[in-house]
Amino acid sequence: MKAPILPSVLMLLALLAGGAASQAPPAVDSPTPELSTPPPVAPSIPAPTHVTAKDTPGDGGSSVTVEWQAVTGATGYRIERAPQDGDFAEVGLATARESAFADESAQDGTPYRYRVVAIAADGSGAVSAEVSGVASSAQWFEDNLIGVLIAILGFAAVIIWFIRRARRGEHLFVRRIAGMEAVEEAVGRATEMGRPVLYIPGTGYMSDIATVASLNILGEIAKKTAQYATQICVPVRDPVVFTVAGEVVKGAYIEAGRPDAHDPKSVFFIVENALAYACAVSGLMVRDRPATNFFLGNFGAESLIFAETGAATGAIQIAGTDAVTQLPFFVVACDYTLIGEELYAASAYLSREPLMLGALKGQDMGKLLFMIVLTAGSLLSLLFGWNLTRILSTTGYH
Amino acid sequence: MKEKLPLALMIILGLLGASYRFTPHPDAQAFHSYMRDTLLRIVSAFALILGLGNLMLRHIAKIKHREQGWPHSWTLIISMTISAVIGLFGGVTGEGSLPTKIGTFSFNITDIYNYVITPLGATMFALLAFYMASAAYRSFRAKTWLAVLLLISAFIVMLGQVPLGYWISPLIPEFSQWIMEVPNTAAKRAIELGIALGVLATYLKIMVGIERGWLGSGR
Repeated sequence: MKAPILPSVLMLLALLAGGAASQAPPAVDSPTPELSTPPPVAPSIPAPTHVTAKDTPGDGGSSVTVEWQAVTGATGYRIERAPQDGDFAEVGLATARESAFADESAQDGTPYRYRVVAIAADGSGAVSAEVSGVASSAQWFEDNLIGVLIAILGFAAVIIWFIRRARRGEHLFVRRIAGMEAVEEAVGRATEMGRPVLYIPGTGYMSDIATVASLNILGEIAKKTAQYATQICVPVRDPVVFTVAGEVVKGAYIEAGRPDAHDPKSVFFIVENALAYACAVSGLMVRDRPATNFFLGNFGAESLIFAETGAATGAIQIAGTDAVTQLPFFVVACDYTLIGEELYAASAYLSREPLMLGALKGQDMGKLLFMIVLTAGSLLSLLFGWNLTRILSTTGYH
Repeated sequence: MKEKLPLALMIILGLLGASYRFTPHPDAQAFHSYMRDTLLRIVSAFALILGLGNLMLRHIAKIKHREQGWPHSWTLIISMTISAVIGLFGGVTGEGSLPTKIGTFSFNITDIYNYVITPLGATMFALLAFYMASAAYRSFRAKTWLAVLLLISAFIVMLGQVPLGYWISPLIPEFSQWIMEVPNTAAKRAIELGIALGVLATYLKIMVGIERGWLGSGR
């Protein structure tokens, strides 16, 4: 029997429109088939189960985390949200591999209903049960940083314990820092040659802890220049650092009992632009030919300009920075380099004050503790396949 | 008082500054932003006045006493004064009351920055290439076995970055990558870990009042 043309065309159109063959009107012999919307068809996959929605923990608010159990055969998920008495609307999509979604558009304090729609390959969607009454809020503590906080507190406890030991008058052995042992010799050399000591407190700002550490070292070095009656020259890039450095040098001269030898012009501001500052300092090195150069603090690309110009003038150079990328330049161009944390240990090393040495000892013990943990972690990973990073991440303590 | 007040301020602000890292609450973040972006800028602005004053006084004294290179001090004072006048009265891009254009020649503060400061900075930066060459020459002299190790590693890394390395052997770029990713990263992380502990120790020393060098003559 010859099939009627109209039903066949309609079926073809339905197929082109994305409808499944099963949803299209059947090609029957009926000459006048109904053209109404096809009735909803049962999805070919089950709906997501165990759907939960909760305020995202440890965040700044406006976020609700929706989780569900993955559905076999789903090509993705659509997450829908509705106000307590409103209609659902899509808030985001998740891939088939994901089973959680963070809705970052929630309004704090507003309760919402959530549901998850698993999308099948044929386009049909299986809607989960609703979860209602979920509102986001801002937290005062970031939960996943608890491990960091514990580590910091533990480290602080170690340092304080050593400080207390030092306060009781116990003798604490402290490692050698070659660069700091050479300070006496370097200042002495400048004295013998009758030339100034140049001190560059980095090109960082007062908010950089390396600059703070550098100014603490400046105080100790200024005491030595005061004792040796040697001129110290401190060109500064940042106006705030300039103000503090001026006070530090003045304080050092007073403490050394030589306030009369203090020259207020020894600390001076040059310019904020780092490269212009490098240019000015290079000119100063070439003109005044300081016998000793200290480059201690935070440095950028201009570190090599300082170090190479200083090396060309024949000065003894002691450098130190926590900028890892600049360390190689200092290592090759300076006589001594304080690597990373030695910069923070230097002021304690120079001052030899028991309390400062106690803190330094605590710092070393903290490092030892970290070394043990890292070695143990590496061994556990190599020998037993333990992935500590993953374990810590899954428990949230990373 | 002169010592206790800055110390107390530092402890309070230090604790607040550290706590913001652990506090995602918008109020805490807003307070931190206010401290960093507003208050700190006000302090910096006043310090800048002090800095500029110091710079001027230093160079005026240099001219007065005819110290070595005193004519350069004139250059600084004149160019600084002209820039300040143009910046203050000419506006950022020449929209101020002071005319900053003569025919097609524009000299507003943005143009001064773009066409004077930037090229001069670039010139200084370009010098780094020569400084690097001389530093590399010094460090690559194979005097010790450590220097030999450095020389070999650097040679492989450099060769791995250029087509010639791949042409010699496809393994060279891979080995170069391995040097950068494994031994180099391991050393870098070790230094960074030490730095983190050093920062924390310095912070604690300042907090408990052991480290007072930064207080200067206020001690």
